Amino acid sequence: MAAEGKTIDALSQFELTHAFGPIGAAVNFTQSNAHMLAACVVVVLIMAMGMAPRAVVPGRFQALAETFYEFVENLVTGQVGHEGKRYFPFVFALFMFVLFGNVIGLLPYAFTYTSHIAVTFGLAFLVFLVTTVVAIALHGKKFLGYFFPEGAPLWLAPIIVPVEVVSYLSRPISLSVRLFANMVAGHVLLKVFATFVVLLGGLGIVGPFIATLPLAVNVLLVGFEFLVAFLQAYVFAILTSIYLHDAVHLH
Amino acid sequence: MRSLRTQMMKPAHTLTARLALATLAMAASTTAALAADGMPQLDFGNPMMLAQVVWLLIIFGVFYYVLSGIVLPKAASVLEERRSRIEGDLEAARAAKAEADAAMAAHQAATARARAESQAAITAAMEAAQAEAAARTAALNERLAQQISSAEARIATARDAAMGALREVATDTANALVHRLTGISNEAAVAAAVQRELAAQGKA
Repeated sequence: MAAEGKTIDALSQFELTHAFGPIGAAVNFTQSNAHMLAACVVVVLIMAMGMAPRAVVPGRFQALAETFYEFVENLVTGQVGHEGKRYFPFVFALFMFVLFGNVIGLLPYAFTYTSHIAVTFGLAFLVFLVTTVVAIALHGKKFLGYFFPEGAPLWLAPIIVPVEVVSYLSRPISLSVRLFANMVAGHVLLKVFATFVVLLGGLGIVGPFIATLPLAVNVLLVGFEFLVAFLQAYVFAILTSIYLHDAVHLH
Repeated sequence: MRSLRTQMMKPAHTLTARLALATLAMAASTTAALAADGMPQLDFGNPMMLAQVVWLLIIFGVFYYVLSGIVLPKAASVLEERRSRIEGDLEAARAAKAEADAAMAAHQAATARARAESQAAITAAMEAAQAEAAARTAALNERLAQQISSAEARIATARDAAMGALREVATDTANALVHRLTGISNEAAVAAAVQRELAAQGKA
């Protein structure tokens, strides 16, 4: 699907197009947003239908929903502590949004919205806003003390404060670029090796045999990408929890 | 990032050249050039880019609202229900165990009391039996002693009677012998001699 004009076209998969026909075009609703909608619907269905039996001994579907719930709950309470329960829905929404964006993006013909820096930065900036608002709401002026650790010699302030400020401000950037770069790299690799399969397959008699090599690589890559999909969602959620911990406890 | 740049290379004439190029970074191309006509993600002039983020915020906002308002509280209630039910069951089990322990203790106490009571009853019965047996033995002994003494008295009278008869027989025999041998008949002297002889032999 990638060898149009016998070139390796690994980037067109990230192009935005309109979804839902003329209505979508009128409001600039992209296929990226359509996939977000799909991921959210899938998550809500899993959680709502999974928990619907309200069984004391859960069936498989309910066990899946409970696993998601308790995984994120343990993650939040493990990082933020018991007072972190207030922020559990936020971290849960982030984790599931990123995880299902990553996983749905691995399906054939699907679009990976987490491979767009605008999307990942939007989420990361949301995390930045929420953590900062939480910190200011809980600590008020004391929040400024976050940028200068207590007990440090005062003459070091001109060095420490800028470093702390820069590291604080760079959080949304590192958070968003990490997810974005991982997803882009994975999908580009998949595309490149898939193109190799097509190109090598056309090499006469031996072609199909040589083409099995990049095909095998792609099989491995798909497995690896599922791991990355989960891992990056986990990293996103745990970093959010760590930032929330800093906001709640100030160091 | 290396493979990103492969997108921009011109169609190669041979496959090998293409493969070689695919693995080489196009060092000449700058990041800006890559952004401009390379990665659609960095094409910020595209109006769909901004729209994508706006829709992202709308969708994520609704998603968060639905999760935190409806879906997650329901899930939490299911888990809480299970936790409290397990807690309640454990509590009931603990109460049942305490009850069973109490019943066991009561049972053991009752057993001990019954054992002590039966022991006392056995002792009392044995003492009563022993006393009765002793009394019976005493009565029997007394009766036997009476019978023995009466028997002894009877024996004594019988012996005395026999001894009396023996003297008579001895006297008569001695008289008859003296009369036959000497022709003298002195009954008084014979009787005295018999009496003397018998006394000497300790049979009087």
